[in-house]
Amino acid sequence: MRSLLEQLLDTLIVLFGVSTLVFLLLVLIPGDPVDVVLGESAQAADREAMRSALGLDRPLWERWGGFYLDLLRGDLGDSLLRRQPVGGLILQRLPATLQLAGAAFLLVLLVAVPLGVLAARRRGRWPDRLAQAFALVGVSIPNFWLGPLLVLLFSVALGWTPVSGNQEPGSLILPALTLGLSMAAITTRMVRSSLLEIESQDFLRTARCKGLSEAAVMWRHSLPNALLPVITVLGLQLGGLLAGAVITEVVFAWPGMGSLMVDAIHQRDYPVVQGVVLVIALGYVLANRAADLLASRLDPRIAGKA
Amino acid sequence: MRLPGLILGAWLVMALAGVMPWLEPNRVSLPEIFVPPSAAHWLGTDELGRPVLDRLLSGAGVSLLVALTTVVISAVIGITVGLTAGYFGGLTDRVISRLIEVFLAFPGMLLAIAMAAMIGPGIDNVIIALATMGWVGYARLVRVQVLSLRQREHVLAAVALGRTDFAIMQRHLLPLVMAPVWVEASFGVAGAVVAEAGLSFLGLGIQPPDASWGGMIRDGVRYLLVAPHLVLAPGVALFLVVLASNLFGDALRDRLDVISRSRP
Repeated sequence: MRSLLEQLLDTLIVLFGVSTLVFLLLVLIPGDPVDVVLGESAQAADREAMRSALGLDRPLWERWGGFYLDLLRGDLGDSLLRRQPVGGLILQRLPATLQLAGAAFLLVLLVAVPLGVLAARRRGRWPDRLAQAFALVGVSIPNFWLGPLLVLLFSVALGWTPVSGNQEPGSLILPALTLGLSMAAITTRMVRSSLLEIESQDFLRTARCKGLSEAAVMWRHSLPNALLPVITVLGLQLGGLLAGAVITEVVFAWPGMGSLMVDAIHQRDYPVVQGVVLVIALGYVLANRAADLLASRLDPRIAGKA
Repeated sequence: MRLPGLILGAWLVMALAGVMPWLEPNRVSLPEIFVPPSAAHWLGTDELGRPVLDRLLSGAGVSLLVALTTVVISAVIGITVGLTAGYFGGLTDRVISRLIEVFLAFPGMLLAIAMAAMIGPGIDNVIIALATMGWVGYARLVRVQVLSLRQREHVLAAVALGRTDFAIMQRHLLPLVMAPVWVEASFGVAGAVVAEAGLSFLGLGIQPPDASWGGMIRDGVRYLLVAPHLVLAPGVALFLVVLASNLFGDALRDRLDVISRSRP
């Protein structure tokens, strides 16, 4: 059995690898970040001064070390264009992204669990087929197309929701729906197949044989066991929601980290891009690890296996 | 499997039609802007009077090219890495496993967006960005299988007979790991199509004036109220191709997965 300490160490190694990968992304940039700040017609002397101010004249391994020292202090560098700390810019936008991802996650739970249970209970009949169709369509609709479709239907044709932004009440509904649909689809499938797998287990037959009602079997024996593997998948998805939020935020002009990053990409403000990628990637790793940990605490079999 | 096959076939035909010389995907015609679908323009025209059908066909070629190239490159890299890790084991496997873990710990689309942001837009860079996130799935699949196949008798026999490592991997291991790779590849096509369109939607993929489905949706969104057909046409095409690839992958998995097929 793996101890908590080993899992923690393991997480640290992955976090280290992920942040190194993010650091290396910056090296890929063709051309010179100095151009972004000074323009391409700047004097050679000014360029040199700016290079050393940004630390670009130092060797790669030194920059890498500096990157980690700064990171440990919570310093993500400064924006090239806005002359502000990247960390501060991200913190301003973080609440909007978390609000969006949280709403989408809630939607996933509210839709996927009941739908998956219903599909498994009515296996092969129309509720099952409906749920399966929903799952298939859900994973196949790209969110940058779903978003405009929902706007066309609910904002333009029906006039129920605002078109974009986050100022009005109700403006959260369409972005959350857009972000959450594919996750809800995957989770529905997962809940269904997990329940069906458990259906053939001996302990359920025992529970029925000793005369428990169907509802008691469902709530006490079937569902708690079936939802355990779903927890791991949900962790994966919670992190996936943060990444998926990038495109969704652009579609709805939602003022979160994702739209901050895409704006920065177009302005070639690389430190901001790097900072957002890092924050999302670290959030993704932590969400996954937390879900694994939760699942292994709830289910002694997983802890024993690992 | 008939319907997905039909849709994927249509995609191929569209892609081939997309490179025909009589199409004019980039012909600007200002007197004919926002023409709704009609007999002269089957799918109407866009904000510059360009025929949407021609652009749709041209975009089909782009998405097919990107998807197939990405999947092939990702699979070749992933299979090689997975075979190497699983076959040699030991330190090689430990290092590669860590690498796989790090890439898996990165949300794929985020990595692709970040890569595309750094190396710049364009079709080659889109393929590079997508393959950077794509290989890891194949590597993981192949590695896990090779770990167990490694101790099979035919492999041990080949080792005893003094076959080279390369020959053993190629002749005795590769053919046995391919089944799940095909399944992964058909889902990979769906993933690559969405990802290419997503990058182009963000302005990081195929650059204007060249047509791509994601770029068409991006441009069309601005005129959603006046000309919804600009968003609907590429979106439907995209959705159908992704749906068909997913259905195809499901069917392939059911067919190859003997255990679940024998269940009631």
